[in-house]
Amino acid sequence: MFIAGDYDVIVVGAGHAGVEAGLAAARIGCRTLLTTLNMDNIAMMPCNPSVGGPAKGHLVRELDALGGEMGVNADKTCIQFRMLNTSKGPAVQALRAQADKKTYQFSMKETCENQDNLDIKQLLVEKILVENEKIAGVQIETGEIYTCQCIVLASGTYLRGRVIIGEKTYEGGPIGQRAAVALSQSLQKIGVKLMRFKTGTPARVDKRTLDFSKMQIQPGDSEVHNFSFLSNEHTREQVPCWLTYTNEKTHKILRDNIDRAPMANGIIEGVGPRYCPSIETKIIRFPDKDKHQLFIEPEGLHTNEMYVQGMSTSMPVDIQFEFLKTIPGMENVKIMRPGYAIEYDCLDPLQLKPSLEHKYIEGFFSAGQANGTSGYEEAAAQGLIAGINAAMKIRGRESLILKRSEAYIGVLIDDLVTKGTQEPYRMMTSRAEYRLLLRQDNADMRLTEKGRQVGLVNDERYSRYLAKKDKINEIKILMQGKKINPSREINDLLRKNDMEEIRASINLYDMLKRKNIGYKELEEVFNLPHINDEVIKQIETDAVYEGYISKQEEQVSRMEKLENKKIPPDIDYMKIANLREEAVEKLNKIKPLSLGQAGRISGVSPADISILLIYLEQYSRRND
Amino acid sequence: MIAKDINDTIAAIATPLGEGGIGIIRVSGINSIETVDRIFAAINKRALADRHSHRAVYGKIIDPKTKDIIDEAICIIMRGPHSYTKEDIVEIQCHGGMLPLRRILSLLIEIGEIRLAAPGEFTKRAFLNGRIDLAQAQAVMDIIKAKTDASLKVASGHLSGCFSSHIRQIRDPLLEMIAHYEATIDFPEEEVDEIDNIQVMEKIGELKDKINVMLASANTGRILSEGLVTAIVGKPNVGKSSLLNRLLHSERAIVTDVPGTTRDSIEEYADMEGIPLKIIDTAGIRHTEDKVEKIGVDRARSYIEKADLILALFDGTRPIEDDDRKIIKLIEEKNVVIVINKNDLEQSLDERWIRKQCSGSEIAHISAVSDNGIKELTEVIKKKVYAGNVVYNEGELVNNVRQSEALKKAERHLSDAIKSLDNDIPEDLVVIDLRSAWERLGDIIGDTASEDIIDEIFSRFCIGK
Ligand SMILES: Nc1nc2c(ncn2[C@@H]2O[C@H](COP(=O)(O)OP(=O)(O)OP(=O)(O)O)[C@@H](O)[C@H]2O)c(=O)[nH]1
Ligand SMILES: [Mg+2]
Repeated sequence: MFIAGDYDVIVVGAGHAGVEAGLAAARIGCRTLLTTLNMDNIAMMPCNPSVGGPAKGHLVRELDALGGEMGVNADKTCIQFRMLNTSKGPAVQALRAQADKKTYQFSMKETCENQDNLDIKQLLVEKILVENEKIAGVQIETGEIYTCQCIVLASGTYLRGRVIIGEKTYEGGPIGQRAAVALSQSLQKIGVKLMRFKTGTPARVDKRTLDFSKMQIQPGDSEVHNFSFLSNEHTREQVPCWLTYTNEKTHKILRDNIDRAPMANGIIEGVGPRYCPSIETKIIRFPDKDKHQLFIEPEGLHTNEMYVQGMSTSMPVDIQFEFLKTIPGMENVKIMRPGYAIEYDCLDPLQLKPSLEHKYIEGFFSAGQANGTSGYEEAAAQGLIAGINAAMKIRGRESLILKRSEAYIGVLIDDLVTKGTQEPYRMMTSRAEYRLLLRQDNADMRLTEKGRQVGLVNDERYSRYLAKKDKINEIKILMQGKKINPSREINDLLRKNDMEEIRASINLYDMLKRKNIGYKELEEVFNLPHINDEVIKQIETDAVYEGYISKQEEQVSRMEKLENKKIPPDIDYMKIANLREEAVEKLNKIKPLSLGQAGRISGVSPADISILLIYLEQYSRRND
Repeated sequence: MIAKDINDTIAAIATPLGEGGIGIIRVSGINSIETVDRIFAAINKRALADRHSHRAVYGKIIDPKTKDIIDEAICIIMRGPHSYTKEDIVEIQCHGGMLPLRRILSLLIEIGEIRLAAPGEFTKRAFLNGRIDLAQAQAVMDIIKAKTDASLKVASGHLSGCFSSHIRQIRDPLLEMIAHYEATIDFPEEEVDEIDNIQVMEKIGELKDKINVMLASANTGRILSEGLVTAIVGKPNVGKSSLLNRLLHSERAIVTDVPGTTRDSIEEYADMEGIPLKIIDTAGIRHTEDKVEKIGVDRARSYIEKADLILALFDGTRPIEDDDRKIIKLIEEKNVVIVINKNDLEQSLDERWIRKQCSGSEIAHISAVSDNGIKELTEVIKKKVYAGNVVYNEGELVNNVRQSEALKKAERHLSDAIKSLDNDIPEDLVVIDLRSAWERLGDIIGDTASEDIIDEIFSRFCIGK
């Protein structure tokens, strides 16, 4: 056998999870190989051309604070930015951007190619090599072997991928890619449990055949926003999206031909996500809706391909053509690529530890859609953590495990490894119990220090973070120290500036809690220092929502006590006579790291936790 | 349900139901002394917080809101680490039986940062804080398991039907509201209907009212102090009303020598040495053509079906009659104490026959017009309760208090949600309170899976690309 190379870490797949894993491991200093089926498809976006949105945008910001690449790359290459939920609270405001798909890809490719310690190779991994329950390397299609200590599996939807369009199915990855069939079998052979999921995508249509005068324009925000805390962009040219609707004619065509839908004729076996239903599923599940909204989104600046968001489908192409033509502005539509569904194998994430390492195969990490999630951002976040933890393992250092109270990334991974998932998992803000603490505006405050510790945060990022943090503290202290009294003079001044009078003395920080008073108003009236908008936003949010924030912080500190009770890995649940049978079974399967995690397993009751608590105390006293 | 916090202050009734004359409430944790001080007025007017450890202080328990005196009590403070749990403990001892004990317990939970102790929790803390040794750890786990199993059994029995459907009627609309808000937050660019906050406030108000109705009935006793349902049955004129009055120590029911005096049932609460009873005096059971009396008789029969315990009265001065035979038939296989009344007069009842018909039931001889045999009857009833023959136990009491605790918390969260909406606080913050209310109500019926919210979002709203 020919050993073609030796690495610390091999990342299988160079999608959004793979590139983050590869970059992270290499940046920490591990000799890393990033493999891809096609060099031209690194960081490809096979589905919608957008990044961010509620919870997803939060993930990008967090990933950025830790030293990941997605935020930086999106800022460089996206062509429309919108801040969503601006009428709601600060915790759920989120940035969403339209990407120029090709530019996004090539920019990411360039970053990867120029990364020290990182090799990129186009090859098809067929076998994972395991010796003594430890990763030894990979074997590729053409027979060569690459040895390594850790693998990050980031194979996306390529594992035994099967594309379905109407009655036609063929083996393949998304957008005309190859599928990884042998790898699926190899995984099963080494003891990895697989599930089968499904996802879908709409048609891409020719911009020249659309009549935008019949649609509503959706421009980007005039104010410039960035994902990355490093980005300095202040101006940006933006391209609009277009809004249109389906109608009764569209629905009738779909209804009349529903027997030709793959989900009706039994071709699809995989479980699809409920939040991303195909148009045929929508009209069946919500028959009362007389229209569904569609966003027509550009796939890039140098292409005429437009993405029909809201129209995901796996109907036969003739039907796709028929119903698209019924939509205002699309009467003369030409399809460039039809919509399709894709079925693929993925890991049951319950097999993984919170570090994203497999419980029984040492050195085997896994991330992204291969773990049963959906979305570029979810994938990237896991890729980053898997890459970091592979590197930590090689360095003999402790894994980076984020808590639910620290990051959406923590919620995401904890959900996956504690509860598992029955459908492609999508991040939502409603999954986070401490939503108010996990804001997108404070992701740097929450996570930069952690990124620095693992060695991913460079000096520039770190010094920016420190400067911002110091500024926030400095201004807060300044404002808290500046008291104003309800003198005639002060009240005259307030009234003159359209502010309500005060009755008791109050400091300027508390003034921020009053309605319609922000830092900028106070800055003018009371001669406060001029500071940048990001710092202002932090200070205002902390002041206005102080009560809610401290309530959540209190909840966190209460939960923390159970989170900090670690469960030794060699614990034998069978020996704890008083645990209920169901609890023993679940605990054995999940092997939680802490009592907090154990408490989140469905089927483990508070009484079981009490019993565990006592058992652990007994155990630690015996071992003292 | 998330696991209970190990640093909360906890309280529970520490004496088994009805055992002895004195009842004890034990409070353990950092808030214990401060909270008890708020409801306890020491006779010498000094606060417990100012007293040395291990002192007994005599005084009164007073509801700080209504200023009602609930009971006289002795409070013993034991400061940590010199206490059973190694935390600050206050024991409240009083002698007024079960009703005041419950009132004191729910008062503590209502006014203070205190929650009801979980089964075996005091002992658990004693172990975790190093008070008891390793050898006893197994025993602690046994207690937790046994008590949890028992209270679960009671909870599931108790919650069947009506009560849990009331809870669901509050919880389901709440879930809808939460899902709607969450859908607008997580999918702002999708076609989710706008939410009218005014309407939501009204709706929350209605739900709050429903909780208050449940709480009101909890306080007057339906949930909180529903006693052991005890029906006094027998033919006319055997002395049923006389027995009720005797047990209540008052002239509650009209007593005459005319058979058929009591025409409809009378319900009254009594405390029999710690056992809460809901005593029902029924109309005498006999064949009758009188319409009104007939309704009463039918009702008496239905009580025989519903009651936890039946006191079947027979007149010791008269031989067995047809009506007696009918009653013997009705009480077959029921939980019965046979009571032979009027033993102050000459007896002519064939007791042997009754014994044969009702083998297995205890028999008590009393005189309802004097105190004769009443003590004996009390003992018989107590024995039955404690032997577990009667389906009533500590678990149920605990559940009652726990339910009203959860209801109160849910109500508070809903009030906060309304306040927030009124102040134009953003929806994502309002949802924090709505979710908390929904979770507390879920605690009652043992259903708190947060996945439900996500399921609801996807089943109600058409969302996706
Ligand atoms: N001597 C004596 N008389 C009693 C005793 N118990 C009841 N009586 C009398 O018996 C009569 C009927 O008593 P009630 O208590 O009204 O009987 P009841 O079973 O409620 O009768 P109805 O309501 O008519 O069904 C009254 O005159 C009582 O004073 C007893 O233990 N001894
Ligand atoms: Mg009567």
